[in-house]
Amino acid sequence: MGDFRMPSLGADMEHGKMVEWLIKPGDYVHRGDVVAVVDTDKTVMDVETFEEGVVAELLVDVGTTVPIGTPLARITQTPDDGAGQAGGQPAVPPAQAGPEAATAQVPPPVRHLAHQLGVDPSGIRGTGKHGAVTRADVERAAAVQPARPVPEAGPVPKAAPVPEAAPAPAAGPAPRATRVRSSPRARRLADQLGVDIGTVPGTGPDGAVTEADIQRAVQGAGAPASAEGTASAETTAAGATAAEAQPAEEAPPSDAQDRLSSLRRSIGSLMTRSKQSIPHYYVSTTLDLRAAIGWMQQVNEQRPVASRLVPSALLLKATAVAAREIPEVNGFFTDGVFRPSSTVHLGVAVALRHGGLVAPAIHDADTLAVDVLMQKLRDLVGRARAGRLQRAEMADPTITVTNLGDLGVESVYGVIYPPQVAMVGLGKVVEQPWAQDGMLGVRPAVTATLSADHRVSDGLRGARFLARIDELLQKPEEL
Amino acid sequence: MNEQEARQAVRAAINQVAPDVELDGLDEGSRLRQDLELDSLDFLRLVETIDEATGVDIPERDYASVATVKGLIDYVALRG
Repeated sequence: MGDFRMPSLGADMEHGKMVEWLIKPGDYVHRGDVVAVVDTDKTVMDVETFEEGVVAELLVDVGTTVPIGTPLARITQTPDDGAGQAGGQPAVPPAQAGPEAATAQVPPPVRHLAHQLGVDPSGIRGTGKHGAVTRADVERAAAVQPARPVPEAGPVPKAAPVPEAAPAPAAGPAPRATRVRSSPRARRLADQLGVDIGTVPGTGPDGAVTEADIQRAVQGAGAPASAEGTASAETTAAGATAAEAQPAEEAPPSDAQDRLSSLRRSIGSLMTRSKQSIPHYYVSTTLDLRAAIGWMQQVNEQRPVASRLVPSALLLKATAVAAREIPEVNGFFTDGVFRPSSTVHLGVAVALRHGGLVAPAIHDADTLAVDVLMQKLRDLVGRARAGRLQRAEMADPTITVTNLGDLGVESVYGVIYPPQVAMVGLGKVVEQPWAQDGMLGVRPAVTATLSADHRVSDGLRGARFLARIDELLQKPEEL
Repeated sequence: MNEQEARQAVRAAINQVAPDVELDGLDEGSRLRQDLELDSLDFLRLVETIDEATGVDIPERDYASVATVKGLIDYVALRG
């Protein structure tokens, strides 16, 4: 059993709005099925599930805006494999699974009621047939215990086809009894901020509590946000740092203006985090495009406009290949460790026409023929501007390129998107005087810059990366 | 194609590629890249849209002469 949660569709996303459900209770879903359409401030995205099983309940209505990590639907596994796995969580401790609890029958509707009333049905003595817990039992139990909010992420199996097969649910009265999955950094942050980590719903792998979860919990509880430098600056998980969080960020956007200012805040928050936590260094070089542009013009001459290339396609391909060869610029820096990526998912920063920026990925860009990459680029930019991207495109670029130069500047010094470790800036393609072998000529050229993370690489490797892009562009027909 | 037809085709294409551009009161001296902020992919789509609507295929070597709205209208009017 597992929750389908509001996913993080990019490091700067804090909340998402449920636009459309593509499933309904009772449907069987497979891992990877697109189950919902979610609107972030930037775009509308199809979202797939990582859980497999029967949809037990939709928890969020269409039109509702919720923070990332919020459970959106409950998905129960089939009877055959449901009871033993329980979403990969450790087995229920024996104390909670006594003989009585294990055999107590709690029909799904009653369990639902118990969940709504915030009662743990495993702790209720059933008065029904064979000791089954009845609605009346649950209502009595609810009446005698103090009201408490329904736990957001309580592991409450619902609508399991065979109730006996479900483990006795531990719906929360003793959160400390269950081991909380979390990273040491998250625990340290929780200590610093005075948060009881056992009460925080986790959004990480297998429900692990992340640093962002802790910070959300602090914001949600209205506790004074710590302005302690280390806590803010070291944050690497998605979401604003505690020090940056403003109450206004909690308000869901209601119209285009709000949406734009919300997007602006998200970008500001992410870029602040980047500049606070990533020691950037910058190198730049001028790429000689004579060979590349000459080849491209020759190719375009033979083609209808629909299949013509633009210089960006060649530049992106060369960048992707160079990124594969220089792994220090391609991957993620998380929890104090750099993890190079074996694939190159090239993020392309796309300026949105109404303002703002989105950087979806072209997957495996280093392996694509230039023509294919060109088609994908057109498709991606078109959909980004139309506001229709897919979750994976937003979530996993391993390095990002911005070619703002397309609109006129000679060089761009980008800010790295955490947790990535490099940002490539491409300027305007211009004709330049070019001296070579004692002769002066005119060539098309572009200034390429690299902003990279000094925790992972140094200027020498960065310079090698840019030089490699230049080398690759001298043989465009081989790209 | 007369100038008025070319103007209509160009305006329709701009509207399709960059719906946020205000067509009423559009200065035809506006530069497509700098003033209307079309990037190279937008421009390619504009050329493609005009080709589909009018049959005028603008080869890459002529891109420089269609850098403004007026330049584009004149080009289409002459060849359409």
